[in-house]
Amino acid sequence: MTQLKSGERQLAMILSGLVLLAGFLLAAAGHGDPMGVHGWIVVLFAAVILVVAMRALDDPEPTEDRTMSYYDDPTKVGIVIALLWAVVGMGMGVWVAAQLAWPDLRFDAAWSSFGRIRPVHTSGVIFGFGGNALIATSFHVMQRTSRARLAGQVSPWFVLLGFNLFCIVAASGYIMGVTQSKEYAEPEWYADIWLVIVWVVYFILYMRTLARRNEPHIYVANWYYMSFILVVAILHIVNNLAVPASWGGAKSYSLFSGVQDAMTQWWYGHNAVAFFLTTGFLGMLYYFLPKRAERPIYSYRLSILSFWGIVFFYIWVGSHHLHYTALPQWVQTLGMTFSVMLLIPSWASAGNALMTLNGAWGKVRDDATLRFMMVAAVFYGLSTFEGSFMAVRAVNSLSHYTDWTVGHVHAGAMGWVALITFGSIYALTPVLWRKKTMYSWKLVEWHFWLALSGTVIYVFAMWNSGITQGLMWRTYTESGTLAYSFTDTLVAMHPYYIARAAGGALFLAGAVLALYNVVMTIRRVPDHAPHLDYPTNSEAAEPAVPAGE
Amino acid sequence: MWRKLLSPFARLFEFQAKTHYRAERHSMALTIGIIAAASVGGIVEIAPLFTIDDTVEAAPDMRVYTPLEQAGRDIYIREGCYACHSQMIRSLQDEVDRYGPYSLAVESQYDHPMLWGSKRTGPDLARVGEKYSDDWQVRHLVDPRDLVPESVMPQYAFLLETQLETASLPDRLAALRTVGVPYTDEQIENAASDALGQSRPETDRADGVAERYGDATNIRTFDGRTDLLTEMDALVAYLQILGGLTDVAAETQPARGE
Repeated sequence: MTQLKSGERQLAMILSGLVLLAGFLLAAAGHGDPMGVHGWIVVLFAAVILVVAMRALDDPEPTEDRTMSYYDDPTKVGIVIALLWAVVGMGMGVWVAAQLAWPDLRFDAAWSSFGRIRPVHTSGVIFGFGGNALIATSFHVMQRTSRARLAGQVSPWFVLLGFNLFCIVAASGYIMGVTQSKEYAEPEWYADIWLVIVWVVYFILYMRTLARRNEPHIYVANWYYMSFILVVAILHIVNNLAVPASWGGAKSYSLFSGVQDAMTQWWYGHNAVAFFLTTGFLGMLYYFLPKRAERPIYSYRLSILSFWGIVFFYIWVGSHHLHYTALPQWVQTLGMTFSVMLLIPSWASAGNALMTLNGAWGKVRDDATLRFMMVAAVFYGLSTFEGSFMAVRAVNSLSHYTDWTVGHVHAGAMGWVALITFGSIYALTPVLWRKKTMYSWKLVEWHFWLALSGTVIYVFAMWNSGITQGLMWRTYTESGTLAYSFTDTLVAMHPYYIARAAGGALFLAGAVLALYNVVMTIRRVPDHAPHLDYPTNSEAAEPAVPAGE
Repeated sequence: MWRKLLSPFARLFEFQAKTHYRAERHSMALTIGIIAAASVGGIVEIAPLFTIDDTVEAAPDMRVYTPLEQAGRDIYIREGCYACHSQMIRSLQDEVDRYGPYSLAVESQYDHPMLWGSKRTGPDLARVGEKYSDDWQVRHLVDPRDLVPESVMPQYAFLLETQLETASLPDRLAALRTVGVPYTDEQIENAASDALGQSRPETDRADGVAERYGDATNIRTFDGRTDLLTEMDALVAYLQILGGLTDVAAETQPARGE
């Protein structure tokens, strides 16, 4: 707030006032429907921001020349919110996992069933944790690699807080049973429209900041972030096309049905993996890994090749979720073929990251932060290989509908996405808050081993349970009848479900340590002014990334 | 050798390198490039599904969901049943033996959205209709472990106590008509009454349901309660029609051994 001029504070007030009004409208129109509850949540959210803006209205004008520094406040808030979501989302994950092992581990209430809280887990970690981390780090990376301050003082806050409003509406909706049932696109029509508005502002902010850059070249990390913003917008809009049953209720019906709807959903679903959980985080990797290792990217050309490969190939592969279904065979075959080809650009990036570490392996050994990033790159390589493998029709006939898929997703989400994010957060926190170091490197080390062991236990449990179940389903007796009933497979999976919940709990413990460590860094570690962290025309003052040799 | 083989393309490479170098300095060029590269796959795979006629089989006997069944479907979605139950029998021998004829595209033609699912923590439900009695379904939903001790399914006892909200059904059917389900004006007008009628056999309302949706429609007191139209009624009515909207799958796929 202290960095905002009075005009900008007024703008912030007007915007939160408008959101407040929209909340009232929603509450009035949706009276007696879960949509009305959502209206009140929006009102509350906007009111808090309005009060904050109003109380700062009479503060003195900022005195410093703002173009001489980067705008880091939104990034700081974003990082803390991301960690809060991590604890909430992963906590929900452990709970739903435990429900599968002990189904009565819930209050006997409507809201606490697996079906309602499972999307709270998925949206909480993907959008809450991942999304906030992406937005926060993208603000940081685009400023540093452009050597320019963010274009706008209010719009970064609008993007960050607006996105979190979307997340809150989404999560509270699932608990009340508001869902479109499309996996990873569950929020209903009004939340979807709101996200589009937020996203357009995000894109404009990104382009305007790039337009101010003091560096002729747009660094590759920015491309990955840009593809994340752009393609997620396309996917979101197309997959959420729906007709509301009435303007006074949350319920809507998707424009597509049956086979077309299935294809659109998995085109969306797999590209949420691609453009939300991959390209954005590759942007993180391509900035923070070379920075931390103090090594130039092994091959810049390879990073570009990988970029276009991923953008072009990924979009085709969604149909591998629909092998042997009523989807026409030619679409299944296209999806399978492109999935296998996708391995090339995926491994190009994973290999590029590991080769960058050549000459810095000593640092990987000593520095848990860099080790987070290294292991993330390894898991990225492993899970993309596994993904291409599982997309082959014959393999898919065994793995589909089983826990193997769940294990694969978590190898990617825990091993790759979460680890690169934690690594980036540990690298970023001291820089952002102008601290000398993290509060405790020991805790970072603990977090690393908790996260790694949690992931490995989880993934192995799911491999075992998935393959066991897949094989039991297709086993015949000698007389030609099915050997196992469905409930037989449930009994067989019980021990793995316990192991899975335990692995998840270890991972959650690591996330709690991360939150504690970051908060203590902000509060306890003495300040330390970094060198050369400000916008400039001179390459020498702040090289975007370590220069090539 | 590679150099020699590729030498005719040298100019192309040079051109590519030059244009790419320039594009790297223009954010709009990158934006357009990303949108173009990312659009191809989606357009090639999705658009033809709407235009190629044999993507969805013909099924003259295909009927729409009754209001009560549609209300049950909305509850199925609300409770997130799709997270653990698929509704898509794949064309694999063991699945056909376990669940019945493999699913056809036409069977989910009126499903906005489709509920094919992605995970079978519980069994597939594409053809669960009429596999168990209404009473079994109700007892199982109230306490799954009462009937299947190994089950990990949540209890849904509250459905039996919750009155079904029917006032919004005409709006819901009208929205479904907008997206392509062939409901008639009469069906939309009488939606609320038909929802009650389907679970009250031997009444005038029930006759209306049979008249508008066909004599083969299940008209039963699904939850066994005559004092209240509950959400359990709707959900069980929906479960009992799964796989029963058309017979085309059974007709075109002879059972094994025949």
